[in-house]
Amino acid sequence: MHRAGRYTLTAIALHWLLALAIVATFAVGLCMTSLPFSPTRLKLFNWHKWAGVSILALSAARLLWRLWHRPPADLPMPAWQARAAHLAHGLLYGLFFAVPLAGWAYSSAAGFPVVVLGVLPLPDWVPVNRELAGALKPLHHGLAYTLAAVVTVHVAAALKHHFVDRNDLLARMRPGRS
Amino acid sequence: MSSRTLFTLTLLAAVLSAVAQPALAQPKPAPAQLVAAGSEIAFTTRQMGVPVDGRFGKFTAQITLDPRQPASGSVAFTIDTTSARFGSAEIDAEIPKAIWLDSKRFPQASFQSGAIKAAGPGRFEVAGKLSIKGQVRDVIVPVQVVQSAGTSTASGQFVIRRLDFKVGEDEWTDTSLLANDVQVRFKLVLAGLAPL
Repeated sequence: MHRAGRYTLTAIALHWLLALAIVATFAVGLCMTSLPFSPTRLKLFNWHKWAGVSILALSAARLLWRLWHRPPADLPMPAWQARAAHLAHGLLYGLFFAVPLAGWAYSSAAGFPVVVLGVLPLPDWVPVNRELAGALKPLHHGLAYTLAAVVTVHVAAALKHHFVDRNDLLARMRPGRS
Repeated sequence: MSSRTLFTLTLLAAVLSAVAQPALAQPKPAPAQLVAAGSEIAFTTRQMGVPVDGRFGKFTAQITLDPRQPASGSVAFTIDTTSARFGSAEIDAEIPKAIWLDSKRFPQASFQSGAIKAAGPGRFEVAGKLSIKGQVRDVIVPVQVVQSAGTSTASGQFVIRRLDFKVGEDEWTDTSLLANDVQVRFKLVLAGLAPL
């Protein structure tokens, strides 16, 4: 199913699906908070939450897949860059869980339980509490901005290896079979 | 004793007995007192399927009810419409606005009972008029009363339709965003209610 040196098709599919979902959800998150109280705001908040829960679930599937499938070996690069790349990947995985979990907790604490697609209620795992909500809001935001920063570094590094070092790094994660 | 004095006394006795007779036949129970601690009027709305709970912080009640003769009783409530509180301060700030409860024009919502019927041990059915935002609707409120150590706890829940009361106007009339049904729950701690 996969050529040596490439990620598995499942890993590639999950990578790009989650990349798209995370960028879109982050963008919606940026827009929605500045809107006045309105139906549009209510819709965007709920879509953002549904997307966040989907990211959480897909990330769990992705982590399981990653644990059972060895990724391709590092391409030749200075050791510190390889270490930095692995550290960034570890951070990304941590944030794939931390950002939505903090958002879910914030929503619950603010008195809005998450109901996926308006039909599937998720349990509240924190109490409704204004002080807690006040603390979780900046945590969710801070983690989301950290994720955005690490994603930026990840993309910049990948482009640098591909176009400056010309090591064809992107082929490992390019959609398609070849 | 002059005939004039006798006449006055007779008249006085007649008036007294006329006033006292109906009072003796149907003694009015003393009004029960609402105990704020432990009492609550809460409600649940649904926004895109998400249950969102709120409660009213300020309300008063006038309750004159003999649980053994509920038909002669009366229950009235007044709720401060600026006192609605949700988990989020953002919504708290929204609710007094004109498209929601319009607290400036309608600072109070109220309930006044009509017929009160017994509906089983400790259970009553209170029919009455609910007035919110100038709209008056008939509602029937089931009430369960539990008594212990001199206090009574009356609780129950019922559903009202927010659009009947024009709560959520303009773009918010869309019930797929905000459900029409609002579940109202109450728990009232009362002192001085006669025994069941």
